Amino acid sequence: MNEQGDQTIPSHSASDVPRSQGTPGATVFDPSFLTELRHQMVCFARLQLSDPHVAEDTVHEALIAAMENAASFEGRSTFKTWVFAILKNKIADELRRKQRLTEVRSSSQCNEEEDDFSDLFDRHGFWLADRQPRRWENPESALHDTQFWQIFEACLDHLPPAQAQVFMMREFLELEASEVCAAVGISLNHLYVMLHRARMRLRRCLEEKWFQRGSPC
Amino acid sequence: MLSCFEATRLMSQAQERKLTLKEHLLLRFHVVVCSGCRNFKAQIGTLRAIARAYARGGKERAEPFGSRWNGGEVMTQ
Repeated sequence: MNEQGDQTIPSHSASDVPRSQGTPGATVFDPSFLTELRHQMVCFARLQLSDPHVAEDTVHEALIAAMENAASFEGRSTFKTWVFAILKNKIADELRRKQRLTEVRSSSQCNEEEDDFSDLFDRHGFWLADRQPRRWENPESALHDTQFWQIFEACLDHLPPAQAQVFMMREFLELEASEVCAAVGISLNHLYVMLHRARMRLRRCLEEKWFQRGSPC
Repeated sequence: MLSCFEATRLMSQAQERKLTLKEHLLLRFHVVVCSGCRNFKAQIGTLRAIARAYARGGKERAEPFGSRWNGGEVMTQ
C-alpha cells in the first residue's frame, strides 16, 4: 500500500511490546486473544477495503497504535473497543485517500435486487399482511446478549456485498453519505437506494431470526 | 397518500438527509394510519443504534443468554 511512510508507524513491532508486568492490561497480550482479535479486525477491514493486503496493513497499523497504550487498559473489552476505534479511523483515512478504491457494481447488481420487495409489498406498494413490520420488544436488552450479535453478524453476511459495504461505511465507520459516495464512486441517489435495501433486509432478518423467534406467524 | 414502500424509502433517507417539509408531512400522515410503517420507523432508529453498538465492541461486552438474568438490569463486570 502506502510505502512513502507519510504515516508515523512506530518503529517497533507488536511482538516487542513488553509482556505482562502484573498490570490488568497484561491479559491483552495473551496470544490467543490477540489472534482472535486480529482475525476479527481483518474480517472487518476486508469488508471495507477491497484489497486484502491493504486491509492487513491497516489492521497491523491499528494494532500497533493500540498496543502502545495497552498497559493503561483495564481489560480486554476496553482494549478491543479502543482498537476498533483506531481501526475505523484508519479505514476511513484509507478510503478517503484512495477514492474509488472499491468498485461497487452499480446497475447490474441493482436490477438484480430490484424485485427484493415484491414479496413484501403488494403491487400498490402497501405491506402484505404477513410482512408488516412487528413491534420489537425490548431491543436494548438484545445488545447485551451474545446470541443476538451472532444473529446480527449472520444477517450482515447475508446482505449482498456491495450493500453490506456501504451500510458498514455509513453505520460502523459513521462516514457522511457524501463521503461514502466519494469513496465507492456512486451517486447520492444510488447510495440511498442501496442503504434502503440494506436496511430492509437487515430489519427483516433481525425480526425473523431474533425479535419474532418462537412466535407463530 | 404515500405507499408503504415510499414511506420506508423516505424513512431510510431521513437517516442521511433532512427531509423536505412536504416529505416530512406526507410521511407523518402515513405513519399515523399505518402500524407497519410505525414499527418500521422505530426499527430503523434501533438498527442504527445496534450497528453503532456493534462497531464499538458491543458483541465483546455481551454475555451469553441467561448469565445476566440473576435479577433485573444487571451490568456485570
